[in-house]
Amino acid sequence: MLALEQFRDSTRAWLEENCPPSMRTPMVPEEIVWGGRDALFANPESKLWLDRMADKGWTCPTWPAEYGGGGLSSEEAKILAEELGRINARVALTSFGISMLGPVLLEYGTHVQKMEHIPKIVRGEIRWCQGYSEPGSGSDLASLGTKAILEGDEYVVNGSKVWTSYADKADWIFCLVRTDFEVPKHSGISFLLFDMASKGVSTKPIQLISGSSPFCETFFDNVRVPAANLMGRLNEGWSIAKRLLQHERTMISGFGLTSGQGDRGGTTSTTASLEGAAMHYRGDKDRLSDPALRDQIAQFKIDSEAFALTSQRSSEESKQGGPTATSSMLKYYGCELNKRRYELLLKAMGSQGLGWDGDEFEEEELQVTREWLRSKANSIEGGTAEVQLNIVAKRVLGLPDMLSLINKK
Amino acid sequence: MALVLSEDQQLLRDSARHFCQDNAPISVVRRLRDEKSELGYDEAIWRQMIELGWPGMAIAEKYGGFEFGYTGLGLVLEETGRTLASSPLISSVLLGASLLSEAGNEEQKSKLLPQIVAGDLRLAVGVDEGPHHAPSRVACSAVKEGTEYILTGTKSFILDGQTADKLLVSARTSGEPYSEGGISLFMLDANAQGLQIQRTTMVDSRNAANLVMDQVRVSEDSLLGVEGAGFTALDTTLDIARIGVASEMLGSVQEIFQRIVEYLKQREQFGVQIGAFQALQHRAAQMYSEIELCRSAVLGALRCLDDPSATAKDRAIMASLAKAKLSEVSETVSNEGIQMHGGIGMTDEFDIGFFLKRARVAQQFLGDASFHRDRYATLHNF
Repeated sequence: MLALEQFRDSTRAWLEENCPPSMRTPMVPEEIVWGGRDALFANPESKLWLDRMADKGWTCPTWPAEYGGGGLSSEEAKILAEELGRINARVALTSFGISMLGPVLLEYGTHVQKMEHIPKIVRGEIRWCQGYSEPGSGSDLASLGTKAILEGDEYVVNGSKVWTSYADKADWIFCLVRTDFEVPKHSGISFLLFDMASKGVSTKPIQLISGSSPFCETFFDNVRVPAANLMGRLNEGWSIAKRLLQHERTMISGFGLTSGQGDRGGTTSTTASLEGAAMHYRGDKDRLSDPALRDQIAQFKIDSEAFALTSQRSSEESKQGGPTATSSMLKYYGCELNKRRYELLLKAMGSQGLGWDGDEFEEEELQVTREWLRSKANSIEGGTAEVQLNIVAKRVLGLPDMLSLINKK
Repeated sequence: MALVLSEDQQLLRDSARHFCQDNAPISVVRRLRDEKSELGYDEAIWRQMIELGWPGMAIAEKYGGFEFGYTGLGLVLEETGRTLASSPLISSVLLGASLLSEAGNEEQKSKLLPQIVAGDLRLAVGVDEGPHHAPSRVACSAVKEGTEYILTGTKSFILDGQTADKLLVSARTSGEPYSEGGISLFMLDANAQGLQIQRTTMVDSRNAANLVMDQVRVSEDSLLGVEGAGFTALDTTLDIARIGVASEMLGSVQEIFQRIVEYLKQREQFGVQIGAFQALQHRAAQMYSEIELCRSAVLGALRCLDDPSATAKDRAIMASLAKAKLSEVSETVSNEGIQMHGGIGMTDEFDIGFFLKRARVAQQFLGDASFHRDRYATLHNF
């Protein structure tokens, strides 16, 4: 206990000295740090903050120190998070390397692979993207057809991926490929890591309903990948793929958690809380004048708070801190909550929440329109809501699988 | 505060579960109903609960209790919810003893609380005066005359009101209905002159009562707390009881859901277990998610009651959160309990109907979902 208190004191002192002033203000979307070879730092203090945090390994607090991580225990990491929260410190580095690849690389990768990739993830030097979905393989991901054929000591990769988040900005890809075509679909998949600068890789951004293009189509035309870049065993990539999905779901379910009280974020603006927005756009003083909306917002806030408690309970119950079977439930519910949040925000703002462009709307109002549209993807990406419910039904509740019942007959 | 149970709490829960399964199964409720029991609970089972120390769970040691906290009492209530075991735990302990603790003076507490722990005294609390929960809508009047108060008015939906030894009621010493000021709390003997207690037979086979007070005279010693300032203690007591009732509802909801999942695996139609149909799987998975939220809401609320640094407002928020959420989910799950069992779910021989009936009464008791969402919004200043 004493050691933890000392850790808290020294952490607090270090943060006091090293967290730059502008890094203690609410994050704005254009200043989120994703890292990578071509990393952009709209705010120079973001770079300073990243480097200081990365030197301590605190961008990945619980990862082993030998690979550049913070080497903290879960208790220490909790204290670090509390101290960061206490001064409203910004997240120094956001990346799929941290939230998705890193945890499975630590679990399945070789020592050499870890030595090569983990430190660069911790320092934000390499930005990763995820090569999972294909045009014909969405919910039925295991039917994927991108192939990798071994020629000498290289794999030759051909095929295409879709919904590859930020592929056009990424340096490396973790990619599911088919390495055996003669066996049942789950048994012929391998997990390959390669450089997006390799000859034969091309990307094409997809414009979405929100007007932005966070996702790409990604094409592989005779891309040559060193055989040593295979992660895990040949044809056993599916179990790694599923493990990574659990981490992805844990990350996405966090969308429903923003502040636990159903707010958009830590800002003090008019749209920061649902009830604040609803009263502001109606000119209400003490009490929200629309009783139906008031009831819906109250119900939403209750569900948000109960969900936040459930996330807390779930992480306390899984002592080791890794994702559990409840990750599908949390992903499902968190995403539905986030979609509800935006529908309620539109109701709260009336026509001011529906602007697309122009001076008649505040920047913040236009942002809400785009975020509302973006939120629709929450229950599709990382496995649809329906896929999560299937997983809960079969894995948690133990209900029978219709497809295997039919196949048996 | 941690949301996982300590080892002691897990042991308590397990022993409560075994006790309810072995000694107070759902067949007891069926028997009480068929016998048209006056008590609405089984006296012998209640005596065993007293021996187990359940009434003293959350009561201070100096009053004969065990100071195991509201989390402990909540865990016990959750287990009683699984078998629908009825007892005066809610009426006499959760409401009665809590109100004495919150509003009573030292003499009242040291005299009466040990009697409740020992099972020698049964209390009931009368709050509402109409078909909906509205603790500030008090029209009952109490007029001071010399060293006595004269109480006049009616009270409704008093759980175990017909079997209690003493009744605790709110009455107005000043102000108008819906005003929180001017509400005072009194303790009446069940056999007081002018007091009429009319038993109401409810759909859940537990008994409640309506009360008519016609010029009931009580001595000024029967006043709990300060005249006209009783609402704060009353509302705090109600929050404790709302969280306790939510705990009981959590047990019922989990039991219904367990029975649903078992049936989905067992019942076959079209040559397969009906649990293989995605239409039912998805509804089951959604219920599972909602019940997980319910578990967290109840545990969070119980922790809040046991947290000495929590304010009355913190407790109020958590009480309304838990009661609103459990009332909402309880309605869904009890309805699905019938629907997913199909025709057999409609038969009296099958137990699932008892859960549906109890669910609705528990939902209404001490405020339904919309009451508590309204209160939650008010507590959050909107």
